[in-house]
Amino acid sequence: MNRPTLAWKLYVGAFYAFLFAPLLIVAIFAFNASQFPSPPWQGFTLEWFIGTGVVFGKPGVLVDPIWLDSIANSFKVAIPVALLAVIIGTVNAWVLERAEFRGKTVLAMMMILPLVIPGVVLGISILAFFSRLANGLEDWLQTDLDFLRPGLPLVVLGQLSFILTIATLIIAARLRKFDRSLEEAAFDLGASRARVLRTITLPFLSPALVGAGLVALLMSFENFNTTLMLVGSEAPLPIAMYGQMREGASPAINAVSLMLMLAMGGTASLFALTSKQR
Amino acid sequence: MKKPARNLTLFLLLAPAFLWLGLLIVLPHVEILILSLSERVAPRVYAFGFGNYLEFFTEPLYWRTFARTAGISILVTVLTLVLAFPIALYIARVAQGRLKAILLLLCLLPFWVSELVRTLGWMMILRETGVISYVLLATGLTEQRVEFLYNDGAVILGLVYGGLLFMIVPLANALESLEPAVVEAGYDLGGSRWTVLRRIVIPHAMPGIVAGSIIVFMLTVGNFATPVLLGGKNGLWFTEQIYAQFITRFNWPQGAAFGMLLLLLSSATVWLGLRLTGQNLGTTLRQA
Repeated sequence: MNRPTLAWKLYVGAFYAFLFAPLLIVAIFAFNASQFPSPPWQGFTLEWFIGTGVVFGKPGVLVDPIWLDSIANSFKVAIPVALLAVIIGTVNAWVLERAEFRGKTVLAMMMILPLVIPGVVLGISILAFFSRLANGLEDWLQTDLDFLRPGLPLVVLGQLSFILTIATLIIAARLRKFDRSLEEAAFDLGASRARVLRTITLPFLSPALVGAGLVALLMSFENFNTTLMLVGSEAPLPIAMYGQMREGASPAINAVSLMLMLAMGGTASLFALTSKQR
Repeated sequence: MKKPARNLTLFLLLAPAFLWLGLLIVLPHVEILILSLSERVAPRVYAFGFGNYLEFFTEPLYWRTFARTAGISILVTVLTLVLAFPIALYIARVAQGRLKAILLLLCLLPFWVSELVRTLGWMMILRETGVISYVLLATGLTEQRVEFLYNDGAVILGLVYGGLLFMIVPLANALESLEPAVVEAGYDLGGSRWTVLRRIVIPHAMPGIVAGSIIVFMLTVGNFATPVLLGGKNGLWFTEQIYAQFITRFNWPQGAAFGMLLLLLSSATVWLGLRLTGQNLGTTLRQA
């Protein structure tokens, strides 16, 4: 078993080529001086990043309001999602690891459940429920409650529904490793509850908090299925990309993809670094 | 701490979890269940009934799309397993030290990238004006441009590609714990490479196979962008029907019924997979 055959080695090589082929193609054609994202190669250009549209009739990513707005929208969703996921995830982790109450196994089970619900179904169910809620509350309060209608706030809630599970699991795994005698010692030395939390427990948890935040950020930025159902007129990046891909886009979409790949790679490596410090 | 104080603390700790699971998971699903059971009897008038589900079974487009989605998803799961197994085995049993870490990292990298970017890559490779077609024409192998996009093959390719990581990681984890001595013993007792694989390696990898297959099936059935973009009009994926009913036609009760059916298909498969192999959900998901 430890001596691989040549065929096996070749297969492994071919497999990795297959894995990276589509990403390489996307990256290379971001620099192609052509109106369409396809061969032949017409020469190197940076127009699709910073061009004003004089050369090819369509502007580059960093000048085009369609792309800039969608990137801004993605941040408007991802930052609240990441912050809420870390805060609520920490409380949930506490419930799972420290609290004792009846029905805890059921609750723990329920917390995992969002991962097995298809994203599209999460999207439509939240859309339908919050529409009913909005209709009821608007009749009762006689005001418009637009944040319960399709739009960025609803996208935040939709993404949180399953990202919270991931954040909770990451933080709970770290809390499980915590040596409680450290807290006992601090209490014995006369520290208050809040002080123990601030000086002992949270510093211990911090790599997991940062890690959970980064993963939440990544998942929020990439989410498509749930977001598609809840989005209003302001489209986050994946939704804008989807629209462009259906219409047949300019190589600007390659440029935005390359930027996304680099940003994602950077964030992922940051996560790998934080999770290594155990 | 006194008892009331402790109860208050517990209540405060539980509140976010209850708000999350109640408002974002349980009540929304109750809502689409109720919605799916409301039939339109007159314009803007709805009554309780199974009409939306009946519509699913009587309209061939709907149930065929559903069956097709399930069928292709099973095919994709099997293909992903077959393609991923030699890689997982190589990572877990052959590669050592640095190489092992690098191979695993290289597997992870493409999956940190958005699904849309990966799909864009395949579109650029497969379409009529794309890379393969261009190379075929330039080398004189074909007379004119060839379209590789917008067919079942393209959809399956894209879905298998998207599922690979979720198969490789649990497989490699399961194979990692296989004792080399057990494999040696298999050879010493006269087993061929194939016998050892079939009688020792594959049974040992079973928890990983189940975990990987469940996750890949779930992700495939629920996928939207890959079949729609790579399949075009021929994509015919069930999630697209849900989207069409909800967003395009604004027929929410019908869309809700479709959503319940998709949820049923997805959870039935998860449940069956776990049941057949006697594993539980928590440990299975943690492997991934």
